Order: sequence, then structure tokens, then C-alpha cells
Amino acid sequence: MSPLELAQKLKERFPGLISDSVEFRGEQTVRISDPQQIHEICAFAKKDLGFDYLVDLSSVDNYGDDPRFTLVYELYGYKHHCHLRLKTDVSEENPVLPTVCNVWQTANWHEREIYDMMGVRFSGHPDLRRILMWEGYPYFPLRKDFPLAGKSSEMPDVAFTKPAPLDGGPFVTIAGGKDTIAREPRVRLPDTETLETNSRIERRKDTQEAHGHSSGPGAVYPTKK
Amino acid sequence: MATVQEIHFRDPASRPAPVPLSTPPAGAPGSEGLVEGEQDLHGEKMILNMGPSHPATHGVLRILLELDGEIITKAIPDVGYLHRGDEKIAENMTYTQFIPYTDRLDYLAPLANNVAYVMAVEKLLGIEKQITPRCQYIRVICCELARISAHLLGLGAFAMDVGALTVFLHTFTEREKIYDLAEALTGARFTTSYTRIGGLSRDLPPGWTEMVRKFLNEVVVNFDESEKLLTHNRIFIDRTKDVGTISKEDAIDFGLTGPNLRGSGVDFDMRKAHPYLVYDQLHFDVPVGSVGDSYDRYLVRMEEMRQSVRIIHQCLDKLPDGPINVPDGKTVLPPKEKVLTKMEELIHHFILVTQGVNVPAGEIYFGAENPKGELGFYICSKGGGTPHRMKIRAPSFVNLSILPKLLPGHMMSDTVAILGSLDFVMGECDR
Repeated sequence: MSPLELAQKLKERFPGLISDSVEFRGEQTVRISDPQQIHEICAFAKKDLGFDYLVDLSSVDNYGDDPRFTLVYELYGYKHHCHLRLKTDVSEENPVLPTVCNVWQTANWHEREIYDMMGVRFSGHPDLRRILMWEGYPYFPLRKDFPLAGKSSEMPDVAFTKPAPLDGGPFVTIAGGKDTIAREPRVRLPDTETLETNSRIERRKDTQEAHGHSSGPGAVYPTKK
Repeated sequence: MATVQEIHFRDPASRPAPVPLSTPPAGAPGSEGLVEGEQDLHGEKMILNMGPSHPATHGVLRILLELDGEIITKAIPDVGYLHRGDEKIAENMTYTQFIPYTDRLDYLAPLANNVAYVMAVEKLLGIEKQITPRCQYIRVICCELARISAHLLGLGAFAMDVGALTVFLHTFTEREKIYDLAEALTGARFTTSYTRIGGLSRDLPPGWTEMVRKFLNEVVVNFDESEKLLTHNRIFIDRTKDVGTISKEDAIDFGLTGPNLRGSGVDFDMRKAHPYLVYDQLHFDVPVGSVGDSYDRYLVRMEEMRQSVRIIHQCLDKLPDGPINVPDGKTVLPPKEKVLTKMEELIHHFILVTQGVNVPAGEIYFGAENPKGELGFYICSKGGGTPHRMKIRAPSFVNLSILPKLLPGHMMSDTVAILGSLDFVMGECDR
């Protein structure tokens, strides 16, 4: 039994829900159009297709696209040694989909991590609390609009964060830059302000604004006089 | 002048008799056999906070334990005290720049993390078939040395937690030698950052293979001695046998990997099931437990180290000559002398350093059999030099998720034995 055959079996069982399998680097990926059906599909995959091991559950933030979040399920079967990836999307307005905790227990912590880091919620999860950050932390740090340098938060008597020590300083790269030059504050600027330099500075500012980077007092880039 | 003061003891007999919290009304069903004061025997449950700074938690794991006397009735692990946001950091740098961060995942086996990470990127690039044979053999040696190093510490700390301090000192002596080997190989003892995308940062130093052979001959003696101290040790057996038993079904359901999975009797090893590098050309056995208790996990680790020694010996025998890097200037930095004299190499060097390796759009998952279990990298790329998203599937994180199921019903003192036998590293768990 190959991963492709298993993907086709899944498609036969849920016609209209499952996309054709895409192969990349020897891995099969199928996309599920309705995230609300993920529990039924996973339960079928485990029970009838033998995917007894949920390797990993991760999420991707497609900031700027709609739907915004992609959930990625990596399935594996110990009997047939096949790997299959399921993907489904949830929107930013309603980032909720059913839990698969009661299919694979290991999903419990993975789903908590996704909730903690990206803010996608899982309905029916027995214990949907933050796991890596502390309870009550106001942001979702792995979202693309969360700056790399962090945001300050204040919770009296519980926990607090201050800006990173070098926030906006000369050594902190800008999150989400298009390329290394746009991201890297240490790029040396030429003495004379040529057209190319100006465009480079503009590009940096664009990136900074587009990604909501908090420009602290230190965020002004040094230009040689 | 000092005055003598009599210490005042409270007379236990003068304490007021405990009042039962809810005395069932006389004649109520089920109250016939109730003796007055019996509820006091049960007492109330106590919440005990263990960690995050506790020697048996091997780092900064915190567990909230609900105790009924000495029996654990509920366990709530609390992780995240070592969270550094590695996945966020990875999105903001080139693939090569992230290699040093992988040292800090499972910091007891940095070489194995380096190898697993670059292999994930190479899979995304589609160049895993082009990796030179010499590089592959060296990588296997690195992985297995890391496995010995991690298991030596895991076993030593496990034994120390259940009271056998000698073993820890014993195994640590051997680990020092692995650090010396790593230092000779990479220039650093801990933070090795040895691999590069498409190759290695440097070739073996002269005389290194002899050093490894000498070490292997010494370490097997150490295995025997440690085993003599533990395997038939009555105290060790009493503390670990039938403690923390994980059934085969639970191990799979909770996604356990590595020695913890094999200890529960699942015959699965990524090196055998999906051989990467040159593992398919090497002979080794995969030890599998039968009961799934802490003692089985100990035995599996012990045997895995012996098999690692076997693998390294074969690699040293077969180690081919030749280049260590992929001959592609767009993936691996060209040699320095060429960079300084040739135009094309200079351009490649500049592009690689400033923009990184140009990776195609796509997504892959690569899992490697690391000492703690399956270390996986899910990389989602939209093209260019940085990943769009990199998820690190940390084995320690997943292995710890079984604690709420595993701990209840055990004695408080079994906690340290169970934690020791699960052999986790918080640097990897919290990322």
C-alpha cells in the first residue's frame, strides 16, 4: 500500500471534500476543503487506513491571504510505514475547528501549542490552555504580524515582558523582511546617497510598516552624514 | 548572658478531635459500616508543586501533583520555562544561520540535531541524493557519537535520581571524552554547529579516527561497568521495575518515539524503517522492550549505545575518501582561496552569505532518529532564502505529554524514576 493509494481511498470515502494528492519530494499532501470535517476524516484515516501515529500537527500563518491559517497534520502508519499530510484552512474571523484529541491523544499538546502560538482554537478540546507562554499572555507570538523583537505586556503580580534588550537597536533584524537586505539593519550604506540607497531605505521602511514593527526610539536607521 | 528557654511542645492529646466534614445522617443508605472518624484516615488531597527548579526534572519542567497521601492522583505538567521562540527566529533568518540554534534544542546531542536539520533543508532542496559518501559516513559517526553522549547522560542522571550517584560520575567521565572528540572535530565542545547545507563545515582533523577508535574501546568497558552497577542491582530494580509502565497502544497513541517507544515493545526505528544517510548499508540491531516499564527503557538505552559503537566501527572501516561538500557553489560556500581569486566564486559567496541558499517553494517534513526520539522539521517555504514557517517536532515535548496519564497511581517517589526513564531535555521541549 503506497501513500498515493491511501490518499485515493480517503478521497473515495469523502468525495468532494478531499483534493487530489500533490506529490513533492516524495511526500503526498491532500487538502481538505471543509475544516469542520477534520475529525471525521482523521477518525477514518486512523481506523480504516491504519494511520495510528500522528507525527506532528503544525500551523502556518499566510498573513495577508484569506483564509489566513493552514493546519498541517502529518500522519503515519506503523503497519504500512506510509506518510500522508493533510492540510486544511481556517479563516482569521473564525479560527475554530474540531479537535482530534480523541483520535490521537498526542494531539492534545500539539493543539494547545497551536492555540498558544497562533490563536487557532479547537472546539471540544478537553484542556485548551496556553502551553509555552503563560496563562493570560495577550498575544499570539507566531503570527506574522507579531514582531520578532516582541511586544511588551503587563500583568501585575503574574508576569510581564519588556521589549527585548535591543529592540529597535542596530543589531535586531526586522521580522518578515522580503530579503536579507531589507531585513538586515547592519547592511552597510554607501557614503553618497545614491538612488539605490534611497530605494533600499524606502524598502526597509515599507517592510517595517507592512508588518507592524513597533518603531521604538532606537528604530531610526543610522545614515551617514 | 544567654537565657535558657524551654521549648514548648504542643501536646498531641490536647488537640481537639477532628470533626467529620459531612456526617451522613443516621439510617441513610450506605452509612451502616461507617465508623466515626474514618474519613480522617483518607484525609484531604494535597497539591504539591515540583519544579521548575528541581534536580530530578532535568531542567525546568514543573509538575503540579495532586497527592492522596503518597499516591499521586493527578499530575499537570507545566512546560515553557525555556521557551525562546526558535520557530519565530527561524522565520527571520537564512537556513544556514539557523544551524547554531539547532545546537540548543537537545543540547546533550547537538551533533545529531545539526545533521537532522540540514537533512531537512537538503530534502527541501532536493539534493539529498547528491550528498557525498564521505560526508554521509561522517554524519553517521556524528549522530551515533551524539547518541552515546546523550544516553550516557540520560542513564547517569536516571541512576542518580534513584540513588546511585556513582554511575553518574562514571558515565560523565566518558562523556568528557566525547566532548574532546567534538572539540577536535568542530572547535567547540557543546555548540558544535558542524554541518552545513550540502556538506560539513570541515573535514576530519588528522588522527581523529584513531581517537574515536580509542574512545570506543574505552567506552565499552564503561558500559560493562555501568551495567554491573545497575542491571542486577536490587535497589535499582526495585525502583524501576513495573514503575511507569506504558502499554504499546498508549505509546503509539501519545506519539512517543525513540527509546521510550521501543521500550514499550514497538519495533520501530527511523534508521531501519526509512533509512537516511547510509544506515541501510550498516549492520545494527534495534533493541525492543517487552513490558514498557522504566527498567525496559533503561535496558533499551543501554543496548542502543552498544549498537552505536558497532555502527561507528563499521563507518570507520568503510569511511571513503573524497570531497565532503556538494560541488555546487549555489548551495555550499566555495573554497576561500577561490573566492579571493575567481569572480564567479566571489559572486556565489556573496549571494550565499547575504541572501542564503535559494530554496524552492514547497513543504517537506523530515524526521530523524535522534537520541530522544524522532526530531522532525516541517519546513514550509515560499521560495527564497528564509523559511516561511518552520515547525520543530521535538521528541521531548511529545514524550512528556504522556505524564498526566502515566503518573497517577504511582507513589510520589516514583516520579523521579519515571522522569529519569523518559529522558527528556527541556531545551528541546520548550524550543
